[in-house]
Amino acid sequence: MYYKVKKIIILILLHTFLISVALSCIFPLIWMLNVSFKTENEFREDFGLQLLKKINLDNYKTVLLKGKLGYNFVNSVIYTFITVLLIVFISSLAGYAFSRFEFPFKNFIFFVFRMAMFIPLPAGFVPVYILLNKLQLVNRTGYVLAMTNMGLSLSIYLLKTFFDQLPKDLEDAARIDGCNRLQIWWNVGLPLVAPALAVVVIFNALNVWNEFVLASLMFTDEKLMPLQVGLMEFYNRNIIAHTLLMASLAIAALPIILLYLKMQKQIIKGLTAGALVG
Amino acid sequence: MSNAADKTKNFSFILPALIIFSIFWIYPFFYTIFLSFFKGDAISNLEFVGFLNFKEILFNDKAWWRSIYNAAFITFFALTFQNILAFCLALGVDKSIRAKNFYRVVFFILPILSEIIVGLLMREILISDPGIFNQWLKKVGLGFLARDWFSKENVLLTTAIVHSWKGFGWAFVIFLAGLQTIPEQLYEAARIDGANAFRTFLSITLPLLMPVVALIIILTISGTMQAFAMILALTRGAGGLTEVPTMRIYNHLRLGQVGFSCAEGLILGVILVFVSGTVGLISKKIRERWGVL
Repeated sequence: MYYKVKKIIILILLHTFLISVALSCIFPLIWMLNVSFKTENEFREDFGLQLLKKINLDNYKTVLLKGKLGYNFVNSVIYTFITVLLIVFISSLAGYAFSRFEFPFKNFIFFVFRMAMFIPLPAGFVPVYILLNKLQLVNRTGYVLAMTNMGLSLSIYLLKTFFDQLPKDLEDAARIDGCNRLQIWWNVGLPLVAPALAVVVIFNALNVWNEFVLASLMFTDEKLMPLQVGLMEFYNRNIIAHTLLMASLAIAALPIILLYLKMQKQIIKGLTAGALVG
Repeated sequence: MSNAADKTKNFSFILPALIIFSIFWIYPFFYTIFLSFFKGDAISNLEFVGFLNFKEILFNDKAWWRSIYNAAFITFFALTFQNILAFCLALGVDKSIRAKNFYRVVFFILPILSEIIVGLLMREILISDPGIFNQWLKKVGLGFLARDWFSKENVLLTTAIVHSWKGFGWAFVIFLAGLQTIPEQLYEAARIDGANAFRTFLSITLPLLMPVVALIIILTISGTMQAFAMILALTRGAGGLTEVPTMRIYNHLRLGQVGFSCAEGLILGVILVFVSGTVGLISKKIRERWGVL
């Protein structure tokens, strides 16, 4: 009896602790949403502490239509989509070759790719920015290419190790059937590494979507800025407009949160796999 | 088909990766070292100055060392409070299967949000006008904790707390994954041998988790020392009080002092390699002594 009571008390304490930490994570986000539906006057009265009575989308309309946030959102979608697509193609080609083919300097080149993951280059964005300036690529193309590079070494490593674990039988069969290398990579290789590709897509999509430093250096035209830079610009101009700011933060956060809730298992797995390899 | 043609075709598979990588990683790597010996914006003017940048930063630049101190303070806070919190949470969640997924999902929300979103949101909540966080504290009876979170004395600690709050989910998920690799039989055996919970923790959980602990320490150090965007959104550097090295590198680039930025980046890079290497070495020594892995 005594033992049981003790166990229950410990459980209650444990869950109080866990739930209070969980609340600290969720509460600010709920507050953000709550405020984003209020008018500035309502906010001044209760500071967002009272739950809203009706959903008022005016703030969202204002930031999306009058502000540039609509552009920023679309830009982020485009940059992320193209970058991830490029990374998937380029790294799966390379990962496949590193796993299956023989060519000169193979091990050395792979070693260099691997090193890129371990050498910290805190000022890495400096020479990249100068270089893009010299190549006259301080634009969307330059940004997408630089971001593609940021995801390459990790993605190649992930895909190469995944290919290494797969048997070659299917590819041999395809070769006997007369497929060339490219066809085998596309028809046999890619479907087999789908789980690893999911990791590559999730890891890089979030990286590009959340990237700020390089984008803030490269885009001076607000209509070309991605979301993170747009948010910062928006804040610099509208420091007093709390409800508008919360609406703009919600616009940036909600798609990610919804996507996360829908695919939490894959996202957590994908991000930790990415981080552990790096 | 000849062997040479074969190899060329094979090579063409890695060619796109190699080209992009050479332009955006290998070339910039050496270009950073090259530029660090120069003065100017590297676009219209460039002047060789030898080791002047390094001398200036290492011996004359108080603001640089202050930024290193700031980053080290935030890192120390993350290493202790953030990681210990994450570890306790992971231990608490590990055994109760039903709640595991709920907590895992909730704790990992902040890591997936961008640094800018979290930084701006927390700036709005913490800033003294209208002081939203202080009002929350009063509502839950913790009014004595209310203060000016961005005052001179508090701003660095505030930054460290927000940084750790955003990041603990990472450490939590990795710790939890590590705990899950410990086989249940070991705990069974310990129970049969009559070991209490504390003894089991010391003799089984902790030693088997050492590699994960070392990994988290290294990830925390290299991540936090280079942190930047969240701090920019949260405090703007607070006039140097929360300025971190990457912020200085960024600002010097904006001001056209490119050589200076590169030298700063190299110094920080060397510090990071040195610290991570030392941690890795120490953890290897400990593991050898304890005879695990």
